[in-house]
Amino acid sequence: MAALFYIVAGVAVLAALSVVLQRTPVYSALSLIVVLCSLAVLYLLIGAEFLAVIQVIVYAGAIMVLFVLVIMLLNARRETPGDRSRLAPLLGAPLLAVFLAEFFFVIVKQLPRGSESSAAPLDSGPAAIGGLLFRNYVLPFEVTSVLILVAILGAVVLAKKEL
Amino acid sequence: MPADYFPVLVHFIIVVGLAAAILGVSAWVGVRRPSREKLSPYECGIAPVGDARERFSVSFYLVGMLFILFDVEAAFLYPWAVVYRSLKWFGFFEMFMFIVVLFAGFVYIWKKGALDWSR
Amino acid sequence: MATSSEAISLLLVTLAKVAVVLFILLTAIAYLVWVERKVVAHIQSRWGPYLVAPHGLLQPLADGLKFLFKEDIVPTEADRLVYWLAPFLAFTLAFLSISVIPFGESFQWRGHELFQITDLNVGVLFVLAVTSLGVYGIVLAGWASNSKYPLFGGLRSSAQMISYELSLGLALVGVVMVSGTLSLRRIVELQSGVWHAGSHSTFLPHWNVLVQPVGFLVYFTSAIAETNRVPFDLPEGETELVAGFHTEYSSFKFALFFIAEYANMVTVSCLATLLFFGGWLGPVFGPSWLHPLLSVFWFCLKVFCFLFFYIWMRGTLPRFRYDQLMAFGWKFLLPVGLLNILVTSFLLAWQSS
Repeated sequence: MAALFYIVAGVAVLAALSVVLQRTPVYSALSLIVVLCSLAVLYLLIGAEFLAVIQVIVYAGAIMVLFVLVIMLLNARRETPGDRSRLAPLLGAPLLAVFLAEFFFVIVKQLPRGSESSAAPLDSGPAAIGGLLFRNYVLPFEVTSVLILVAILGAVVLAKKEL
Repeated sequence: MPADYFPVLVHFIIVVGLAAAILGVSAWVGVRRPSREKLSPYECGIAPVGDARERFSVSFYLVGMLFILFDVEAAFLYPWAVVYRSLKWFGFFEMFMFIVVLFAGFVYIWKKGALDWSR
Repeated sequence: MATSSEAISLLLVTLAKVAVVLFILLTAIAYLVWVERKVVAHIQSRWGPYLVAPHGLLQPLADGLKFLFKEDIVPTEADRLVYWLAPFLAFTLAFLSISVIPFGESFQWRGHELFQITDLNVGVLFVLAVTSLGVYGIVLAGWASNSKYPLFGGLRSSAQMISYELSLGLALVGVVMVSGTLSLRRIVELQSGVWHAGSHSTFLPHWNVLVQPVGFLVYFTSAIAETNRVPFDLPEGETELVAGFHTEYSSFKFALFFIAEYANMVTVSCLATLLFFGGWLGPVFGPSWLHPLLSVFWFCLKVFCFLFFYIWMRGTLPRFRYDQLMAFGWKFLLPVGLLNILVTSFLLAWQSS
């Protein structure tokens, strides 16, 4: 169990690095798909099976398909290192250090002492999630429909069909 | 991980191994007599014209975008369907509202011609 | 996992099940190709394969060996890594969803279910998730080849697959609503028995197809499009796109795409059988040791009927035009799928009140 967690988490981190470091956009997109799928496995490891499959269906299977399509549509080629700003590394390096320090501070502070006791398995099957979503959180659910509606309008406006 | 998923992991590893083995063996035993013509992109026997990676119709982008939105809708439908019998009329009106709002968006894209591919 | 001996026995039983299932599936696919060539040939008044062994029965073996020894061409313009990755992905994903398919009634041996690799609480969604990733094999094959026909074919296929994936998913919601579960085994078990008209029992089986006829039609139509088969095989419409996304592929890399397409056909046929046609349920007779085997037989028979229907369609129907195809998916199947959900939920709510 723990070994599986470290393997999958390692894959996720390496793939995330690869997203940033790859120069070919399609490789970056593929790495991102690997990141999202390993996240799904991590969800599985804490027992959230419904979340895991939805993660794959929506993120890896829908949003990343759009990414790959757009990369193909725009014919994005290998990125060539152009004129980089000289200021970027000067500003970026200290900022990165600060963020990392903050990040570790929060993690160390938030980490429960002892073992994985806090990660007690919750009931996160589809029935439990459905019960919560459609009884306790009805308003957020209905508002989501308006959000999706706005996104539909946005997609059509962006694609400039008949405008 | 729920124990049910352990066999899926085993199955996945075996299938990956099988695919890798097949590709490996095929690359190993296959003949190799490359020539410049053979390795050029297939274009019905004519010399290739231009680069393949051109820009394409924006309709593909639009379809991808609309697919995501309706996929998110479907993601809501599954947990709803599982608990539907206990929700009864409340569940019906809940989802009715949801689908009606999205259907308005659907009618909009239809009227805007976003679903017409002949143009 | 409780103790290590239990874990080891689970591992061994799983390994055995996976080996058997993969062997049967690969053999079935090989002979499905043979059946397809024979049936289509007879529909068109030809003989089909008949040279290798009587009735060409060893033709799949000959084809496989030929694929293996063919030259493995990688076009100079291609992106080598992705060019390898695409058939690999297509094959792996096509074979992954079989792991949640139950082949027969619950039959346990030392606490291990024998006729299913594993039953998941979210089995239906697992199959959909794997299917939703399947598009990458095709789109990456088109992109990596860096050649015009594959690129167009790959783009078209991906747009077609994502469009029909929507109606495929919506068509299943009706069944989930009726069953109240996403476990494939449970959904079949809920379909046992016969219909009752008042106090009389009829001979009609309690299959979901009778409750969800519209859902079934939407599902099966989308499934044919999702697997890129006739009449929705636009991506490989040879008259305009040569062979679509796999134009540049040869040798066993091509064969992997080919096998993946047939494996996907088997998966969607299994799903249609399980969700709408009562899975392994059928007439049971004879001694009790025969019953589990009978259930596997009924399951295979139903799946074969769907596969035969696929082949029959291929021998009968012409191909759609691309704009017609997209319009059919978005303007017909999608609204019908949504309407089916609303009508089903209305009827269920009415029935329960």
